[in-house]
Amino acid sequence: MKALTFSLLAEPEERLDLSGLAPASLAGLTALQIARLRVGTGRDPVLAGDVFKITGKDADSVIIEGSSSRLDRVGSGLGGGSIRVTGNVGHQAGRSMSGGSLHIEGNAGDHAGSGMIGGRIEIRGNAADNAGAPLAGEIIGMQGGILIIRGKAGNYAGDRLRRGTIAILKGCGDYAGYRMIAGTIVVTGGVGAMPGYLMKRGSLLFDRHPEHLVPTFMPCGQPDIAFSGLFDRFLIDENIMTRPLLGQRPGRYGGDNAVSGKGEVLFRRGR
Amino acid sequence: MQQLTCNGVLIDDTFAEAFGMRATAIIITAPTLKWARQAAVTMTGFATSVIGCGCEAAIDVELPETRTPDGRPGCRVMIFAMGTDELQKQLKIRLGQCVLTSPGSACFAGLEGSAPLDLGNSLRYFGDGWQISKKFGGRHYWRVPVMDGEFLCEATTGLTKNAVGGGNLLFLAADNAKALLAAERAVAAIERVPGAIMPFPGGVVRSGSKVGGKYKGMMASTNDAFAPTLRGVVDSALTPDINAVLEVVIDGETSDAVAAAMRAGLKAVIDLGPKRGALRISAGNYGGKLGKFHYHLKDLLP
Repeated sequence: MKALTFSLLAEPEERLDLSGLAPASLAGLTALQIARLRVGTGRDPVLAGDVFKITGKDADSVIIEGSSSRLDRVGSGLGGGSIRVTGNVGHQAGRSMSGGSLHIEGNAGDHAGSGMIGGRIEIRGNAADNAGAPLAGEIIGMQGGILIIRGKAGNYAGDRLRRGTIAILKGCGDYAGYRMIAGTIVVTGGVGAMPGYLMKRGSLLFDRHPEHLVPTFMPCGQPDIAFSGLFDRFLIDENIMTRPLLGQRPGRYGGDNAVSGKGEVLFRRGR
Repeated sequence: MQQLTCNGVLIDDTFAEAFGMRATAIIITAPTLKWARQAAVTMTGFATSVIGCGCEAAIDVELPETRTPDGRPGCRVMIFAMGTDELQKQLKIRLGQCVLTSPGSACFAGLEGSAPLDLGNSLRYFGDGWQISKKFGGRHYWRVPVMDGEFLCEATTGLTKNAVGGGNLLFLAADNAKALLAAERAVAAIERVPGAIMPFPGGVVRSGSKVGGKYKGMMASTNDAFAPTLRGVVDSALTPDINAVLEVVIDGETSDAVAAAMRAGLKAVIDLGPKRGALRISAGNYGGKLGKFHYHLKDLLP
């Protein structure tokens, strides 16, 4: 059965909320019912059929063809199945996702993977600020799953991360892992200022020595630990990386000692 | 007793009687195979029989770097006990005293079982608040800071209720050297069978036992029917040409593993022949009423 495909007809005139175009909400609906789903966020209800040409039937595998930074909340609340977007998306892609996979071939806006609990998000382009982070007023950010950003990430990636893995492969902005509670953030490429600022626990794994470390992180040597080999293997098995990130005997900083100081920065030495 | 002959070796028409047990497995890794093996040997020391040790344990297989979770050389260790609680207790104390303490060690689940048994979940408190929990790839690990770095330990391993303990082979030979050579050949062959261990010293037992004894409180006592020095004075199972008997005891993850191990051991000793090794091969049982699993030698011949 062909994947249920939503082809964007033109750049939308308003921001769209695509959280309804997830496999669980589409299962069992007729083509007409799907076309009548409300996706607009303005006063006049814009329906899915107004902005997308809808083909295919397999609701377990959804494809969104098109590219617009106005496509908000793609895959929000996704619990299973897969969604693939062929271009860019807007804010809150994969927000509170609990399972399944979301693949974005372009860039994502703010709050990609915000509060996600499980599943896998892969963004081939860049993600803007607050990837995996909580919305204003929320206590915790991402709580599980894997968020892969193959391009760059903006500021505050992994804010209040509680569990799960965020991998950013072409560098990130400032305050990566800000207020982290636990979990793991991998960054290859340049890291902005103050990574791990106010992190309580958790791991920041870098492929190089971070340039602008918080002064309350303290050097903890170059321990020979089995964890680096185990995690390197995990990254390769998950097709996140093609070669080991940390290698043997990574460098280590402990912090943030402005709070409990039980977090860590591990980095590949020699770069 | 009816007997068959294979390559000149007499095979008794009897069976090994074995029992259902609880078992678990863990993978111990270290910077070198020497130290992985050392941790495994220490952990499985004094684990020959549930009668006195609480569990039966030994190295199942050695694993190259490519087959361990952290890319370092390691060993898969299997531990058997009669009940889940005893198995958990033995696993915890042996892990804490023998693996945690061994230089550079790390420990991972070696079995996907029907229920979890605590590994790192019970050892993490050694970290005194500095232990680090890591969950990724559907698994949970604990990292405990120690003096040479970190002890990395998976949170749980699996328990199987399908394990079998007490598969055995008895090698009856003209003298001790020949009995020992036969037993060594069997051990070498069985070591290659996955999921089967031989918990006794070097895999071999010389003090085979019978149930009970004349003294009060003795659960087991010497197997006089197979003791050559008593041949003339008890109801002996030995013929005049037999002067030494050695036993190999096998515990397996499954009944099939025990059968495969016994088949491998039988073949090795039959191939060795009666002149250099065993004149006769037998097996130990209790009349078939105690153990659920019976392994008839005639069904396992090569």
